[in-house]
Amino acid sequence: MGFADSHIARILNSSFIIHHSSFRELRKSLGILPTFQRVDTCAAEFESQTPYLYSAYEMEDESRPTDKQKILILGGGPNRIGQGIEFDYCCCQAAFALSKMGYETIMYNCNPETVSTDYDTADRLYFEPLTLEHVLNVIDLEQPVGVIVQFGGQTPLNLAAGLEAAGVKILGTSPHAIQLSEDREEFAKLLKELDIPQPENGIARSIEEARVIAERIGYPVLVRPSFVLGGRAMALVESEPHLAGFIQSAIEAAPGQPILIDKFMEDAFEIDVDALADGERVVVGAIMQHIEEAGVHSGDAACVLPPYKVSAYHLGIMREYTEQLGLALGVRGLMNVQFALKDEVVCVLEVNPRASRTVPYASKATGLNLAYAAAQVMAGSSLESLGILEEPRVDGFFVKEAVLPFKKLSGSSSLLGPEMHSTGEVMGHASHFGHAFAKSQIAAGTGLPQSGTVLITVNDYDKSSGLKFARDLHRLGFKICATPGTAAFCQKANLPVEVVQKAQDGSTEIVDLIRAGKIQLVLNTPLGPHAHSDGAAIRSAAIAMNVPLLTTLSAAMAAVSAIQALNKKELKYRSLQSHFQSGDSSSAG
Amino acid sequence: MKLATLVLQDGTVIEGQAFGAETDAVFELVFNTSMTGYQEILTDPSYRGQGVLFTVSHIGNVGINLEDDESAKPQVSAAVIRSLSPVVSNWRSALSLSDWLTQHGVPGISGVDTRWLTRKLRDGGTQKAALSTKGTSPEKLLAMARDWAGLDGRDMVKEVTCEESYRWVDDEGSKWVKPVTSDQLSVVSRQWSVVAYDFGIKENILRHLSSYGANVTVVPADTTADEVLAMKPDGVFLSNGPGDPAGLPYAVEAVSGLIESGVPMFGICLGHQLIGRALGADTHRLKFGHHGGNHPVQYLPNGEVLITAQNHNYCVTEGDLNKDEVEITYKSLNDDSLEGLRMKNKPVFSVQFHPESAPGPHDAHDIFGEFFKMIGGK
Repeated sequence: MGFADSHIARILNSSFIIHHSSFRELRKSLGILPTFQRVDTCAAEFESQTPYLYSAYEMEDESRPTDKQKILILGGGPNRIGQGIEFDYCCCQAAFALSKMGYETIMYNCNPETVSTDYDTADRLYFEPLTLEHVLNVIDLEQPVGVIVQFGGQTPLNLAAGLEAAGVKILGTSPHAIQLSEDREEFAKLLKELDIPQPENGIARSIEEARVIAERIGYPVLVRPSFVLGGRAMALVESEPHLAGFIQSAIEAAPGQPILIDKFMEDAFEIDVDALADGERVVVGAIMQHIEEAGVHSGDAACVLPPYKVSAYHLGIMREYTEQLGLALGVRGLMNVQFALKDEVVCVLEVNPRASRTVPYASKATGLNLAYAAAQVMAGSSLESLGILEEPRVDGFFVKEAVLPFKKLSGSSSLLGPEMHSTGEVMGHASHFGHAFAKSQIAAGTGLPQSGTVLITVNDYDKSSGLKFARDLHRLGFKICATPGTAAFCQKANLPVEVVQKAQDGSTEIVDLIRAGKIQLVLNTPLGPHAHSDGAAIRSAAIAMNVPLLTTLSAAMAAVSAIQALNKKELKYRSLQSHFQSGDSSSAG
Repeated sequence: MKLATLVLQDGTVIEGQAFGAETDAVFELVFNTSMTGYQEILTDPSYRGQGVLFTVSHIGNVGINLEDDESAKPQVSAAVIRSLSPVVSNWRSALSLSDWLTQHGVPGISGVDTRWLTRKLRDGGTQKAALSTKGTSPEKLLAMARDWAGLDGRDMVKEVTCEESYRWVDDEGSKWVKPVTSDQLSVVSRQWSVVAYDFGIKENILRHLSSYGANVTVVPADTTADEVLAMKPDGVFLSNGPGDPAGLPYAVEAVSGLIESGVPMFGICLGHQLIGRALGADTHRLKFGHHGGNHPVQYLPNGEVLITAQNHNYCVTEGDLNKDEVEITYKSLNDDSLEGLRMKNKPVFSVQFHPESAPGPHDAHDIFGEFFKMIGGK
């Protein structure tokens, strides 16, 4: 009937004790095994040659498995925010690499709308739920030499421990290491042993514990549950009265799991490192700096490769930490480390011993195909034998920008935060950072103006940096519009500025200006609960009118350098293929 | 839950749950791949003598209504399904599938691995079979299936044709036929009178003919050409129907006479096969037939592809047709079999597929318009 083993076990449990793994054994011993059917064009009317398979409890099995050496690759399930086609890309690369090595590749995913589940990507396909029961059924049938769980994001990773317990060989990083890096408590211990700093933190299992920890490390704090996707239920908490609500939703998002409370590092730079490791050697694939400050989810942050505001000294420290962590965790395959740099101190925020969402971007920018190489490592090749010994050189600047769905989802909050919102990403490349950033903005759908009026409304923290932004744009010939507080600040510095009334004073002036097309660029940095609701009208008007909207100062400064670059020199373009053929970026503006 | 036993002529025994009437039945087993429209399929007189295996897994979920019948009652000998919906939910539903079949004495079996059975029929071809919902032994059922004469060469039409001629009056189901556009109607210069042969006609064909404003008189299958011509029709329609066209010499004779007379004539399915035979071609049995709602056919003159509803086991043998006399108009894109023809020097054309759909896609509806264009001499 299609009831899951675990479900039946739970029903049986009310009368006597039976665990779902023993129920599985019981079911198998009774000879109740699923059959695999082929997806064909029309209800078996015509014979199907393509091995797309799904399971059912029926009379005849159509799977006809081969006796070749094969590897099973687990996909990420439905694409959703936080787990998108980056992982599909990785699964494809793995299939290509393993196929080249002579393995039969078996792709396993419940989502047919991906490239990795196209008929010509892997040798065989299983459209099955990503649950332990169904994966084990396929393994029983196919008898692969191993399973790859690193390339499908969090969903298959969560199956790793169960698969290993069932005696399945997990290729690459061991489930124990995955567990270690995911469990915030264990991970904090490891960092301590390695003497690697991390932000002040504590682990809470209740609201009371959370309150004590937050008090100790000081607000604002970042609250996040373990083992969730895309920063779901992660939140930035400004002060004690708001804490309880966020802890409650974190407890609901991952029941029974510890909740990590981190000191939020205001104005820190965040840096992502993707690396390859084979157990003996760690090779950094790419170091990417977030353009937004720490606190914006890495999936939403614009990123630049190579970092443009980090010293070689600090980059060296990050490489060293990456190597230490890769070896200590015994990573075989890909790993991703997130660093924060504040007050000259490099802290580790988290380590993911798997393909991260930056892998396609990093691979395309550096020309080193990280997922492809990682699959080869997982199947037993050493990095040395693959000739991957050092970090690839990056030619020019590659800026990744998130594509945000705010215009499509009217009424959604357009503020970036620790929970991921983006539904896609684009990359801009040029020899100059400003040009690369400008390209990424155009590709993300809004672009940047080269003249016109800019509306600036920033919170008190940001007033002085906002002033610099205003001054730079004034020099570039922009007219400045600002709300009274911001305007007063500008006027003190003798900047000509037009004052507009804030929405909260009952005025619709700002929104009207935006709607009338009189504003070409908006900088709105909210902080604190009041500002959040106040700026919402401005931001939604900007999004509706497709006016570029900056909500962080670092993005604003990047935008300034992009506008400066655009004014100096026009954009040029060429394909990535020709970039890698010519081997230098000097011709790309 | 009562048990049901289905036995195929090759000795395969399948057990399942019984629904519908408590009885024994012997039939030819065919599979239908339509995703919707079980009521239309079950009431289609072309299935006379056949049991229908539905490849779509849930059957019975919208019950039976008073509007979607293709004839007055279920015509199939048996229904073979994967899963009978325990819940009936539809605003038009008047009674449940099982109760309706019981009323009309038709047995059903559910819980069958229909995909497996479909593959068996696909690979081995259509089989004779027997079903019991009253506990008849498999051995007895096997003997029944093997002893049954089958459909080849038999006249099944006499079981479904009307006894007397009657004038078609639009019914409850007519409102579901999309009204023809004024553009389509422009081919009609007055109220044409059409005589429709009932070899087991699907009512949706009559609804479509009527939607062009035609005055449609339905006549029994054994009406002669002279009797029809005496009615002075503007056009003659030859309907679909069950069984083997080789078992209908009287109908072939009537069709020959009508072709000779020069009256505009249009045939669907069995009607098409009768035209083929009247033109001297043989008809042959397909391995497992075409039964479903997604059969692609190509209109050869311009390459256009239509997705059509089909229901036939027999096919006009293309090689037997005289190409000086007959133009091949449609071919199946699945197996390249003949799907339509047109006479070069007479106002006669026919299609093997079902332009009236019911159930199925509406791609081919305009073919009724072609008939009226032909009647109008355009």
